Amino acid sequence: MILVPGRSQKQGTSLNKGKLKDEYLEVTTTAELNEQDMRRLKLSNGDKIRLKSDIGQTVVTCISKKEEDLPSGMIFIPYGPSSSQLMGSDTAASGMPMSKHMQVEVTKVKS
Amino acid sequence: MPSELKIANGRVYDPANNVDGNVQDLCIRDGKIVDSVSRSASRIDARGMVVMPGAIDIHCHIAGPKVNLARKLMPEDHRLDVHPKTAVTRSGTGGIVPSTFATGYRYATMGYTTAMEAAVPPITARHVLEELDDTPVVDKGFYVLLGNNAFLYKLLKEGRKKEFKEAIAWWVNSVHAYTVKLVNTGSDELWKGRKNANITDVNERIDHYDITPSFVTESFIEAAHELGLPHPPHIHCNNLGHSGNISTTLDTMKAAQGRRAHMAHIQFHSFGGEVNKNPVSGAQEIIDYINDHENITADVGQVMFGKATAMTADAPLAWMLRNVKFDKWVNADTECESGCGIIPFSYQESIYTHTLQWAMGLELFLMSKDPWRVLLSTDHPNGGSFMNYPKLIKLLMDSAYRKEALQHVNQKAVAKTVLPELDREYTLNEIAIITRAGPARALGLKNKGHLGVGADADITIYTEEEDREQMFNAPRYVIKDGTTVIKDHEFATDHKGKILHSKPGYNEDIATEIEPFFEDYYSVKFSNYAISEDYLHDHEEVPTNPKS
Amino acid sequence: MPEAAKSKPKESKNIRIVKDATCTFCGCVCDDMELTVDLDAHRITKAKKACVLGRAWFYEHTLEDRPVVLIDGKEATLDEGLDEAARILVDAKFPITYGLSDCPCEAQRVAVDIMDTINGNIDTTTSVCHGPSGMAFQGVGESTATLGEIKNRADLVIYWGGNPAESHPRHFTRYAVTPKGMFIPNGKKDRTVVLVDVRKTPSTPVADIFIQVKPGKDFELLWALRALVKGKKISEDIEEQTGVSREVLDDLVERMKNCQFGVLFMGMGLTMTRGRHFNSGAIYSLASDLNEFTHFVAKPVRGHGNVTGADNVVSWQTGYPFGVNFNRGYPRFNPGEFTTSDVLARGEADAAMIVASDPASNFSKKAIEHLEKIPVISMDVKETHTTRLSRVRFAVATYGINTGGTVYRMDDVPISLRPAFDSPFPTDQEVLEGICQRVKKMLSGSKARVAA
Repeated sequence: MILVPGRSQKQGTSLNKGKLKDEYLEVTTTAELNEQDMRRLKLSNGDKIRLKSDIGQTVVTCISKKEEDLPSGMIFIPYGPSSSQLMGSDTAASGMPMSKHMQVEVTKVKS
Repeated sequence: MPSELKIANGRVYDPANNVDGNVQDLCIRDGKIVDSVSRSASRIDARGMVVMPGAIDIHCHIAGPKVNLARKLMPEDHRLDVHPKTAVTRSGTGGIVPSTFATGYRYATMGYTTAMEAAVPPITARHVLEELDDTPVVDKGFYVLLGNNAFLYKLLKEGRKKEFKEAIAWWVNSVHAYTVKLVNTGSDELWKGRKNANITDVNERIDHYDITPSFVTESFIEAAHELGLPHPPHIHCNNLGHSGNISTTLDTMKAAQGRRAHMAHIQFHSFGGEVNKNPVSGAQEIIDYINDHENITADVGQVMFGKATAMTADAPLAWMLRNVKFDKWVNADTECESGCGIIPFSYQESIYTHTLQWAMGLELFLMSKDPWRVLLSTDHPNGGSFMNYPKLIKLLMDSAYRKEALQHVNQKAVAKTVLPELDREYTLNEIAIITRAGPARALGLKNKGHLGVGADADITIYTEEEDREQMFNAPRYVIKDGTTVIKDHEFATDHKGKILHSKPGYNEDIATEIEPFFEDYYSVKFSNYAISEDYLHDHEEVPTNPKS
Repeated sequence: MPEAAKSKPKESKNIRIVKDATCTFCGCVCDDMELTVDLDAHRITKAKKACVLGRAWFYEHTLEDRPVVLIDGKEATLDEGLDEAARILVDAKFPITYGLSDCPCEAQRVAVDIMDTINGNIDTTTSVCHGPSGMAFQGVGESTATLGEIKNRADLVIYWGGNPAESHPRHFTRYAVTPKGMFIPNGKKDRTVVLVDVRKTPSTPVADIFIQVKPGKDFELLWALRALVKGKKISEDIEEQTGVSREVLDDLVERMKNCQFGVLFMGMGLTMTRGRHFNSGAIYSLASDLNEFTHFVAKPVRGHGNVTGADNVVSWQTGYPFGVNFNRGYPRFNPGEFTTSDVLARGEADAAMIVASDPASNFSKKAIEHLEKIPVISMDVKETHTTRLSRVRFAVATYGINTGGTVYRMDDVPISLRPAFDSPFPTDQEVLEGICQRVKKMLSGSKARVAA
């Protein structure tokens, strides 16, 4: 699936409290998938999933979004240390790593 | 302990004090010229050398948002012309729009000790002051763009000339400007509001305001006169670069009605011919008018072949050039205050218009009867870099060199000028006038441009050489505020120049009129707009001379 | 007027009101805040006019109980910290500075001076923000405007790849959508708002027209728009490629050509994804092309409070906006070569000074791994992943809350800050000046690093 990290309001407000505080960590480890993808992957809200790219992997919590808000095949996550774990270092001579639009594999983490 | 210096036995050119190549000593104490110094003063033996006041650029674009956009725009130009640091100076990059440090140092290496940034939208003046603080060696000031100001237009529309004058003074004080600048008056509203249209006639009505560019210009000249600004309105006329714009330029000069006005880069406004046809030289008509009218000063805005950058508050002009060249183009609208256009450019000998402009600039210089009022500039970087000044001086001083240069340019264009018939050669004294004494007088800088007692000790010392370009390219010594900044062609120390500004008096009640306008139409708070004096660092208030 | 504005005193005795203060949380740099400051508690208790992000910014920046300087985790004096920082930088062969977008220009200017002095490498968060837009600008230029002009005139407002409702909440209300302007007497009613994004976001409801583009297909869509504006043919399968139908494109093109004053705002949805600077260049070119029909401008929506200032300072001092290396005694620019993400991921930098940013959290895994191996000097107002791994960490005062200085709004408009209350922590500028003086002293004489 395609992972798109971005800003969210909660990410913005919680980072003012401190990036090492629980709230920020929670916000930046919560990924959004649409309902259809959630069903397909047999996931329900609050499940832990592992996101794995060519570079690394990270475990986050998933929550569902309506299909009209988030297209199938896309995962949204607020920026943070988790999304950085998946990001490649190649910038194609631009200085900018491919920070949005990362190919990831999603698997459910058995609790 | 006072710092004292004696420059002994130099051949001194100090036209303001009627010194024309006399061999004499100059004494300096604590940054000023004095009568005499003690025997322990340090000493420069200037025997056989040419001594002049530090040169003054009355019109250049060296700091602020448009300059910085142009810097960012051209990495390809910087990389060809690096400016390494030395043990005492910072590094930078050069090219047609150098970094701030390189700009200051390079001016100094040509004997320039003062440079005036010619076009600053007031809302960005903080930026300009920050950059000027990082522009070493030279003293500097700036002209604030008020000629398209929406609030001032509103006052003029309402016929409130008194408030108009007060508001101008408020603006000059609030941003610490030197004087006011008008650029293509009236055009901003058409450019932004009527799908990139432009003013074509000084007597047309400006959209929404029911006033004409001519009336705006006249009102500014009158207000600046009453406020007694040290330098009158600095005017970039309408129709720059359009064939036949001499009539616009003449109309604008007439709008001064005998009061002082400075016409910027007059070469660009001396086009004869008909609209939409190839231009011809109109230099004769323009210079005749200037010769006959002592209220007018002008800088030439000479075009030099090679790289340039159009960088102007005249956005429609840059758009016109963009549509000729289709190179990368910058447009930047400033709310309620200004437009801006930037486009990399180069002047080429083979191109008709480029040669015509080069020749027209030289015609203006060579047909000028009063060097005190027709001053040297390239409108850096619009007509070419300020680094071309030594070459321009050679063109003016050496008619053989000029004739040789004429062989290599577009002959059709040359035929539309009288340049081949002009044999005049500028003398060193005249060069000292058009680069030093003249700009100082036009700017109202009483302590600059001369070497009399009390003047700022801004001095350049050249080894005299027959090749005037070589000579003016590398002064042996440059002394700024009494400090020997360049010694034997090398930087001996770093130096920070100061900000020159004026503070016309006004009735502060005008602020209560301006504030509501800000709340409605600006995007910053009124209380955050005026700039604190902290931004001036070392500065000098140049006195006004109000008429009441 | 100020009398009336003074809010009724609550329990606290020592209250100060700061009017027209500036919020530096995001690139909107709103300068109309009215702050209520409890001087005893050293905190801002009310921030009138602030958005949700601004309120968090003002309320959460209090005086924390932290040592000013930690060296290897142990408390030290400011002088010891400055000495150690200078020593690290002088000893390094490839020292880098990064960050700088959350401190005033006065501090940024000193940071460039330090790197010029030690022949180091300077880069700002621009390189991972709108650095690609900066590169696109170098290629094609830009037609742009200050935000007030957009408020006064823009009747067509297009946001592309951005979500201002969450990242720049007042962009809509203060500058570009709802405010009334000189020629926009009815505010939003007089404007058409278009939003282009890969997903619906909280910004979507603001838009009159929402266009959903397939991820990574922005360039194709922009290029098709350019072609249509110029009256050229586009490929039949445009909808299949981009997810946007021909009808929607034709409608948008007509609106763009016929508006009075149009603006294209671009977010990092363009710069951080496939295409990067090509996407930004396409936006700039589209806006420039449209000037053949009407007045049109484009503008990146910049993130941090003074990232635009960082671009300006680095540009005026070096000629280049970011990714600048002084190794040869003069500035050189090359994205990919001198950008921080790259110099870290390739393991080149052997010391790093990080000012007001957190690469240890935001950079690629490889870059972070290298950062963990080299001596790091950090300056930040809060603990971050980066301060944690630093050899020398300075706790500094918060700009705009405890310090003055100059910041540049996303449209290059410079604004002076009004501090709300004093901080016992030094400012970024003071720390950087301390390091700068020491570095110059250490290098004076025989060790001076002049041009190679």
